[in-house]
Amino acid sequence: MSHSKVKHIVLAGNPNSGKTTLFNALTGLHQKISNLPGTTIEKKTGYFNIDNQKISITDLPGTYSIHPKGEDELISVGFLIDPKDAPIDLVVFVADAGNLSRNLLLYSQVADLGYPMILALNMNDLAAKKGISIDIAELSKHLGVIVCPVNARNEIGLAKLKEAIVKVDSAHQSTFYDGGEISDSNFFSNYRHFLQDQIQKLKEEDPEQTKKNELDISAETTARYHKIDKILSSCLEQDAKKNKNFTQRIDSVLLHPIYGFLVFYLTLFILFQLIFKVAEYPMNWIEMGFAFVSEYLKNSLPHGMLSSLLCDGVIPGIGGVIVFLPQIIILFALLAILEDSGYMTRVSFITDRLMRKFGLNGKSVVPLIGGMACAIPSIMASRNIENKKDRLITILVTPLMSCSARLPVYTLLLSLLFIEKDQSWVDLRGLILLGMYLLGFVAALLFAFLFKLILKQKEKSFFILELPDYRKPRLKNILFTIKAKAGDFVFNAGKIIVMVSIVLWFLASYAPGNKFNDIDQKYSTYTGEDKALKIQSERLEVSYAGILGKTIEPAIKPLGYDWKIGIALVTSFAAREVFVGTIATIYSVGDPDDEKTLSAVLASQKRVSDNKPLYSVATVLSLLIFYAFAMQCFSTLAVTYRETHSIKWPLVQFFYMSGFAWLMSFIVYQVFS
Amino acid sequence: MNASELKQGDTAMIHHVEFSDLRNKLIEMGCFEGNKIKRLYTAPLGDPIAFDINGYILALRKEEAKLIEITLKKIES
Repeated sequence: MSHSKVKHIVLAGNPNSGKTTLFNALTGLHQKISNLPGTTIEKKTGYFNIDNQKISITDLPGTYSIHPKGEDELISVGFLIDPKDAPIDLVVFVADAGNLSRNLLLYSQVADLGYPMILALNMNDLAAKKGISIDIAELSKHLGVIVCPVNARNEIGLAKLKEAIVKVDSAHQSTFYDGGEISDSNFFSNYRHFLQDQIQKLKEEDPEQTKKNELDISAETTARYHKIDKILSSCLEQDAKKNKNFTQRIDSVLLHPIYGFLVFYLTLFILFQLIFKVAEYPMNWIEMGFAFVSEYLKNSLPHGMLSSLLCDGVIPGIGGVIVFLPQIIILFALLAILEDSGYMTRVSFITDRLMRKFGLNGKSVVPLIGGMACAIPSIMASRNIENKKDRLITILVTPLMSCSARLPVYTLLLSLLFIEKDQSWVDLRGLILLGMYLLGFVAALLFAFLFKLILKQKEKSFFILELPDYRKPRLKNILFTIKAKAGDFVFNAGKIIVMVSIVLWFLASYAPGNKFNDIDQKYSTYTGEDKALKIQSERLEVSYAGILGKTIEPAIKPLGYDWKIGIALVTSFAAREVFVGTIATIYSVGDPDDEKTLSAVLASQKRVSDNKPLYSVATVLSLLIFYAFAMQCFSTLAVTYRETHSIKWPLVQFFYMSGFAWLMSFIVYQVFS
Repeated sequence: MNASELKQGDTAMIHHVEFSDLRNKLIEMGCFEGNKIKRLYTAPLGDPIAFDINGYILALRKEEAKLIEITLKKIES
């Protein structure tokens, strides 16, 4: 074996087998680890050296078998069957020692692809607690491969495993099953071709072929299990009395028909308290910091186009992204704890029945809960829903959940509703705010139900879910998750938001012809204190943004809005919270953070046509409803496109949400005015 | 008798999985002839159901549990 060549190894195994933990322990390169089947979504590669031999190691999403059912199972299986330009020299198969029979099924299938194999027997300590003891030498003899007991969490047994990785020859094959034990079956003669064929047939979705396949495959699976059980009977012993089951004791409370739901609601309550109350402080600091930097640069840089772009376009744009970081970090830390511990699968279990009525799935609960913080990562989290229709519906309705970007909009609008009223005995604003969140959830269920009726589907919805043993969440894993998610948010979503805010700055800062000069001349003799603000306001009206607002005015007039609100609707299409800043600029309020001033100014606005207050109760309610339902988030549409691989679904999402928002706002405005 | 009819806490022996799109998936998850199955928990409204299959917990909808034919096992003392 040449030592100059890189040896390519792949980690394969079932979900919850500790595969990703082993990957991190071997490479020091970090990624998300979780108990929820299928959260290792992308294949990750890391490198390490043993005795001058360079090893590259790829981690695949966990899968139960070589016959894929879900989107991320397809990724792993496709790579194993046909690695294309990334040759595999060795497969390290990670198996949970506490559940060896089921883990060996996939092992046997991968071995039959002809790869050299090593079996890493993980979590022996947990298996021992369950009363399971395994004769390693005997198992190794039967399988014809090296078996290494490891404990990835405590990094035990890694040295021996690395030694084996170097030692195993890339030409060594140890096929498990040749098909000879099944009569009249010759498809095992070339297992790889058979599997490629089968995936092709799955894609063609021919029902007759699928049916025949299902029969062939289940015969194969059963035969494999029989051979596995025969091997295990000679090398595995189970002491039933020793089975002290910690997990079952916790589950008797968490899966209890009554207590289970109570614990779930309590968990949600704590989650929201933390997201909204705790995140408030760092968010204020970030806002203050960016305002300070912007102000400082404005005063110290020479006036001009570039400084304006920087101080009014780029910096507030970046600030608008960073300000959500505390909420994102807290949300993902909490979700990572819930997933890592194994609790999320229990939530799916107790809510499946309810969600099913609405065309969803127990597994849809995770994206929907996450949607209350941000739809973008939540839509990505829908990948572990195997059924295509369930997954699509989940993606389509998740943005209806009231996300954190709607919060500043709701807060401003609610302050307008109660500007003069005495509300000392009960905080009506808080109640209405809670109502807005409920409204989003109800709308999500309603539309899920409608999509369930409209969308056709070939495959049947199903719910087959392993509930893994509870494990103590590890701080290290949670920190890596936060690092990955926060980075993803800042760089990917952030790029778009900053770009759009630059475009908006241009639209608002330029006008066709010499219109800005005309305004400047008109005010050249004006000496009032509000001179600068008046100029800014009139400039906006004639700017490209103003033209845009006036163009869409006819469409939004029935909802009670004028062209100025129209501009805010357009600008906040980039991100909802932009609404507040735009409104502040339009009405020439110097400091957009001072809500009292802003709401007082808004309350004094009169409609041009009839001189009645513009922000009447009807208009404000109409706006609240509009922001609850409308698809005012470009980044979400981009993610929907990426996840559905089709331009159709982001368009459907945009039109159904914004259409519904328009209709409901229209009704509300007409009823209340 | 099928697995959905199993009473809470009872153990049975699997003897057959009915033909369907999910047959192979269920077998892969350990629901094959000769394996032990024990009903552990039931979600609110009686569905889905969690079973112990050979030492791990598998949650199935009632509809899927109905595909698994079982024979009741005498409780070992």
